[in-house]
Amino acid sequence: MQDFEPTIVAFVCNWCTYTAADLAGTSRLSYPKNVRMIRVMCTGMVDPQYVIKALLQGADGVLVSGCHPGDCHYINGNFKARRRIKLLKEILPRFGFEEERLRLTWIGASDGIRFAEIMRELVVQLKALGPSQANLAMAI
Amino acid sequence: MSSTHRLEVKNGDIVGALRTLLQAALSKEAVRAVLAPRHLPMKAMVMPALVARADQMDGVDPLAPCFPMNAARIASRLARKPMGVRWAAVLRPCEIRAFVELVKLKQARMDEVILISVDCLGAFQNKDYIRFAGADPPAATVEFVRRTLAGESLQPELAPACRACEFPVPPQADVHIGLFGGDAEGALPVEARSAAGRELVDALGLAPAEAPAARQAAVDAFVARRRATRDEMFARTLAAIDGIDKTAAYFANCINCYNCRVACPVCYCKECVFVTDVFNHEPAQYLEWAGRKGALKMPTDTLFYHLTRLAHMSTACVGCGQCSNACPNDIPVMEVFRTVARHTQQAFGYEAGRNLEEASPLSVFNESEFPEVVGISRRSAAG
Repeated sequence: MQDFEPTIVAFVCNWCTYTAADLAGTSRLSYPKNVRMIRVMCTGMVDPQYVIKALLQGADGVLVSGCHPGDCHYINGNFKARRRIKLLKEILPRFGFEEERLRLTWIGASDGIRFAEIMRELVVQLKALGPSQANLAMAI
Repeated sequence: MSSTHRLEVKNGDIVGALRTLLQAALSKEAVRAVLAPRHLPMKAMVMPALVARADQMDGVDPLAPCFPMNAARIASRLARKPMGVRWAAVLRPCEIRAFVELVKLKQARMDEVILISVDCLGAFQNKDYIRFAGADPPAATVEFVRRTLAGESLQPELAPACRACEFPVPPQADVHIGLFGGDAEGALPVEARSAAGRELVDALGLAPAEAPAARQAAVDAFVARRRATRDEMFARTLAAIDGIDKTAAYFANCINCYNCRVACPVCYCKECVFVTDVFNHEPAQYLEWAGRKGALKMPTDTLFYHLTRLAHMSTACVGCGQCSNACPNDIPVMEVFRTVARHTQQAFGYEAGRNLEEASPLSVFNESEFPEVVGISRRSAAG
C-alpha cells in the first residue's frame, strides 16, 4: 500500500470552496496533487448520480464542498446538498463503499489555509483506507 | 373520525358483494366511474379497467391474486387534471401508497378520487397466477381468499414482495373493506375513513356497525408473520450485496433494459437520464476503460443505473415488487430496493405513502440537521 496514491474528485462551489482553493494557490500553500476539482455553481446542483459515477469510475474518494450554512450564494443550496449526502451515506455503505469515501465540508472563500489542510488530511485518510474496490471490479 | 359499516355477503360470495357495492356506487351516481381490477374476457389475466356503466361490473375482481402492474400509474393518468366529477379507484395498499407519493410529486391530484381498498392478501407473480387461475379464474379467487384467510400455505408461493409486505391495510384510504375477522354471518366491515368516504358509504345506505372484535388481532397476527419474512429478506439481501464484487454478481444478468424503471410506480420522470445520450459515451472512451482494467463488461453503467435509481426514488419506494416482476432475467430487484429504501426512509424519519401531509424527504430541509455528515473527522476506531 506504500505506493497507493488515491484519486479524489472534489465538487466545489464557485463562491466559497473554489475561491478558497484559488486563495490557497495564490498564497502558495502546498497540498497533495491527488485532488481533481470540478467547479459547480453551488453544491445544491450536485446530483447524487455525479457522486455515484465518480465512485464507480475510479475515484477513491469524493468531496463535496461549499459555503458555510447561512452563506450560500443561492440562500439554501448547501442545505439541500447536505440532505443528498445524508441520502448517499445511507445507500453507498450497503454496497461496500466505506462511508469515509464520501465527504461534505464547508470551506469559506477566505479559508485557503483550511482548504489545503483538508486536502492533506483527506489524502492521509484515503491512503489508510486503501484503493476503492470499484477500481478493481471488471463489471460495474 | 372513521366510522364502521356492514357489507352483507350472500352465500359467502365476497367478490359478488364487492361488485354489488361498486355497482350501487355507479347506479346511485355517487361516482361517475370506478377504476378496478377486472378479468379480461379474452384471457385469464386481470387488468385495471375504468368501469363507467353498472352493467359492466361482471368481471371486476379486486381480490384476484394477480398484480400485473402497479395501478397507481394508471390512477395518476386519470387524476393528473380535474375531470369535474367524482370517481373511485379500487387499489391495493401498495398502489394507494404509491399514488400518495405521486400526489406529493405533483403527478396526480387527490381531490376528485375516492380511494377504496380491501384487505390485501397478496398476489402471485404473473406466470404463477396464470397457472393458479386455471380454467376458472373467478373460482380460483374464491379459493385463494378462503385458503389464505384460513392460514393455509399456497403452492406456488406468493410473489416475494407480497410475502414480505406488512401492509394488508393501507395507512391512507377513503373507504377500507375488511376481510380479516369477518362476523359469523360473513358480513364484511366497511370503514369510512374520510369525509368523502363517509359520503360514499352514506349514499350506498350501508348500515352502521361495530368493528368486529376479532379483526385487529387477526390483522396483527398476519402482519407479524409478514414482518418476520421481511426481516429475513432484509438480512439475506444485505449479505448478498455487501461489496462491489457481490453487487456486480447480484446484477450480473442485468441487460440495462430499464424495465424495472418503466414498471416502477414512483419513477415518474418523463425523460429518464438513462435513456438520453448522456451516457452514450464516445467509442474511444470504452477502449480507454477497457485498457485501464484489461477487460470491460458491456453494457457499462449497470450498477451506476441501479445506484442512481436508488438515490432518485428509494425514499418513495413502496416495495410493490413490480421491478422484479418486470425483469426479463429474474434478478431479485425488489429485495435490493426495499432493503436500501428501508434505510433511506428511516434516515429521514419517513415512510413512503404513510401520510399525504409528510413532505418527500428531498423536497425539504432543516437548517440544523445531520451534523454527522459534515466534516472530515476520523470515525472512532471503537467497535
